[in-house]
Amino acid sequence: MDVPEGLKYTREHEWIKMEGNTGRVGITHYAQDQLGDVVFVELPKKGRQLRQMESFGVVESVKAVSDLYCPVGGEIVEVNSELERKPEMVNADPYGAGWMLEVKITQAKDLDNLLSASEYSAYLKQAGGGH
Amino acid sequence: MVPFGGWDMPVQYSGILEEHRAVRGSAGLFDISHMGEIEFRGPEALGAVQRLVTGDASRLQRGQVQYAALCYDNGTFVDDLTVYKVADNHYMFTVNASNIEKDYHWIKEHVTGGVEVRNISDETALLALQGPKAPEILRKLTPVDLSQIRYYWFQPGRVLDTDALISRTGYTGEDGFEIYLSAEKAESLWQRLLAEGRPFGLLPVGLGARDTLRLEAKMALYGNDIDDAHTVLEADLGWIVKFEKGDFIGRAALQQQQAAGLTRKLVGFEMVGRGIARPHYKVVADGQEIGEVTSGGPSPTLGKNIGLAYVGIAHATIGTEFDILIRGEPVRAKIVPVPFYKRKR
Repeated sequence: MDVPEGLKYTREHEWIKMEGNTGRVGITHYAQDQLGDVVFVELPKKGRQLRQMESFGVVESVKAVSDLYCPVGGEIVEVNSELERKPEMVNADPYGAGWMLEVKITQAKDLDNLLSASEYSAYLKQAGGGH
Repeated sequence: MVPFGGWDMPVQYSGILEEHRAVRGSAGLFDISHMGEIEFRGPEALGAVQRLVTGDASRLQRGQVQYAALCYDNGTFVDDLTVYKVADNHYMFTVNASNIEKDYHWIKEHVTGGVEVRNISDETALLALQGPKAPEILRKLTPVDLSQIRYYWFQPGRVLDTDALISRTGYTGEDGFEIYLSAEKAESLWQRLLAEGRPFGLLPVGLGARDTLRLEAKMALYGNDIDDAHTVLEADLGWIVKFEKGDFIGRAALQQQQAAGLTRKLVGFEMVGRGIARPHYKVVADGQEIGEVTSGGPSPTLGKNIGLAYVGIAHATIGTEFDILIRGEPVRAKIVPVPFYKRKR
């Protein structure tokens, strides 16, 4: 499973990539692999305030509906509206074109609750997800 | 792998959408050995079958198959099944995996003398080869002239190195075959069919695509669309009920319901608004709850989101719009003709 360095991860399989005080959020390679073909993504509106690990939307595969959780608290400053037309980008490029939203972080200490790439990789192995 | 009726079954092999498209465009292979088979033998076999199912088995010729319901007295489903006439005095039911024990006990309770009923599920394997390329692929492994087997007919014959029943039936809305054979021969046939089919684009198909395929073809799924809480008429399966054949379990209740008129019915819908309906989502119209979704999901072939729902009869005509509550939000849907997908013949 692809777990890029430099990103932070949640135990719910979201990633966040920080640039300054703004972070870009998506789901991990492992998450999209577990879901299978993604056919629908529901994202919030810009401007909405989220608490850390608050649900911000859903991703649906053919068979399943899964909640999405925001790795940090803050204001949504951008959403990837391309995913409305092309939800399959979540499968094809989960760390790139399949990104979901950008959030302006309120408290930098939220990042301390997240996993590093090596911690997330270890977490996947432990969860039996290393296959 | 997921547990399904006591079996570990793959939801997908390579991907639900890819498997779905393989079946519509070329071919797919399903291991559906979890399905149950119950056979009836003896001079009273036809009488027993006639008493149990809604269909008229007396009209079956040897080698013919019929889709029917096994009903409770109140006209709801014990199960849905296919009836095979193997020979005079010899019939077979193919039943849902999760209902094998229930069906078998129900049947044993309701048949009298002159017929031997056997549950042959464990020794019987079932592979389904479905899709437009299915005849070309199967032809390589059997001397049986497949062109002589019409839709909903079957024939015994050799397949690879074993005796089998080759049935031109399926649960996908495509042409294809269901092949009954002894359990110990199933794996070698599976491997050979995969190998022979590969040049044609055949893929192994799991439960996920089995569900999207059958939904497009509007074939009912027991436990979702049909159950012991809805009658055969409410399930919009009146065409499998033959009142004129004589008495059968559930007949009186169904006749009474037909005379009184239905209060609700299973309908097919497509989403107008953006969203995917899922089982148990509520259906509302004018602020009132009018029904519940039983099956729903994306239709890979149509590129729409479709589903089935029981709705009040006032809202059950084609073209009617209603809302489906998706995570609390009403999303527009419209009743459309079923099946959603019909193959070109």
